[in-house]
Amino acid sequence: MKRVGVVDYDAGNLTSVRTALKYVEAEYIISSQPDELENTDTLIFPGVGEAGAAMEKLKNRGLDKFLRDYFSSKRPMLGICLGSQIVLSTSEEKETECLGLLSGVARRFPRNSGLKVPHMGWNQVSPVGTSLLFKDIPDNTSFYFVHSYYPDPEEVSAVIARSEYGITFTAALKKDNLQAVQFHPEKSGKWGLKVLHNFLTEGA
Amino acid sequence: MLQKRVIVCLDVKDGKTTKGVRFKGNIEVGDPVEMAEEYYRQGVDELVFYDITASHEKRGIMIDVVRRVAEKIFIPFAVGGGIASLDDMRRVILAGAEKVSVNSQAVKNPQIIRQGADLFGNQCIVLGMDAAKDDTMPSGYRVYINGGRTSTELDALEWAQRAVELGAGEVVINSIDADGTREGYEIPLTRILSTSLEVPVVASGGAGSSSHLIDVLTDGKADAALIASMVHMQGYTVGGIKNDLSKAGVPVRLD
Repeated sequence: MKRVGVVDYDAGNLTSVRTALKYVEAEYIISSQPDELENTDTLIFPGVGEAGAAMEKLKNRGLDKFLRDYFSSKRPMLGICLGSQIVLSTSEEKETECLGLLSGVARRFPRNSGLKVPHMGWNQVSPVGTSLLFKDIPDNTSFYFVHSYYPDPEEVSAVIARSEYGITFTAALKKDNLQAVQFHPEKSGKWGLKVLHNFLTEGA
Repeated sequence: MLQKRVIVCLDVKDGKTTKGVRFKGNIEVGDPVEMAEEYYRQGVDELVFYDITASHEKRGIMIDVVRRVAEKIFIPFAVGGGIASLDDMRRVILAGAEKVSVNSQAVKNPQIIRQGADLFGNQCIVLGMDAAKDDTMPSGYRVYINGGRTSTELDALEWAQRAVELGAGEVVINSIDADGTREGYEIPLTRILSTSLEVPVVASGGAGSSSHLIDVLTDGKADAALIASMVHMQGYTVGGIKNDLSKAGVPVRLD
């Protein structure tokens, strides 16, 4: 059984991630300590809230460097929600410099477009090509989203799923051993649990 | 495409689910954790647990309910009723709730919205509001507190706008006139809020048939519809209602 590390950097509530991992019978630790998290086979980094504050919290705990090193170590990583944005180069949210694991920008949904922001609720997701993360999950399955910014990776090849909300945006991305989803698999019913299961069994 | 949500509300008193008519005469209908699991299986998009426990000493029972629900269902759920402080919010969020709903306490102390949003994020803070028709108010609706028993000087639209400015990420609008009647939602009230606010609006009060949900999600422009007695007592299933919505062209999550 793989040992899963969940990065706790005080950016959001980890209760639902914990209960979902328990449900899929993962062996996991939740920690904010790089040395504890280092001793794992795979990593999940959730997060809600504001990108600048999250980066600040990561830096204060030495977790920014840890995440870059973990990425270089080629072990599978899964970002969730804000975790899919801070892996990019920058965020438009207060012009924050992010981790830069892949090139791209976290962009805000357009203002005054008649759309309600945050984008909140269940939205359909269309996987692009064959992605192990979405294995055995039907096209246009709905997942639960809550966010005002979305990841916009520079390279189209990094996009593994898209969704529509006024514009077409990236709902999931992948680069090497890193995958990230803008939606909340831990709050998306059985298909969300399937995404977590796929990540843990199929890797990246 | 963003789907319209069907939300089931469970009023919980001393750890048991109840459903009242026009805020009075609650009768017991079941165990909230078992009911939550059943609605989850039926495909509900979200749940709201409203703690109507009268005595402060028994509040701990609700936290236990929240914790048990969080281990069984993997969709968002909100907890409301008696949330008066940041500590109250923290307790239900740490127990596993995605959102907290503030109602009377926010009228008495609006800053709790801002403080909660700063600490937990706007998406966590839901303004619950009870309103009734009143032609003397600018929007035509007046806000009530304390379970609909006490009138305020607040206009429904103005109060909702203020709450959103303070940081509420969603507004649940419950019509006192329609609540418990099973004659349909208060469409004009829902539409006024939904078209004026920049955050999602959830319609509440009055659902008695699938057509009522269709009306409020189309004409009423609501982002979500809240139901209770339809599924608790009238024999509807969430899946059946969502099939009806889908057939009527309302985008809903079916699996």
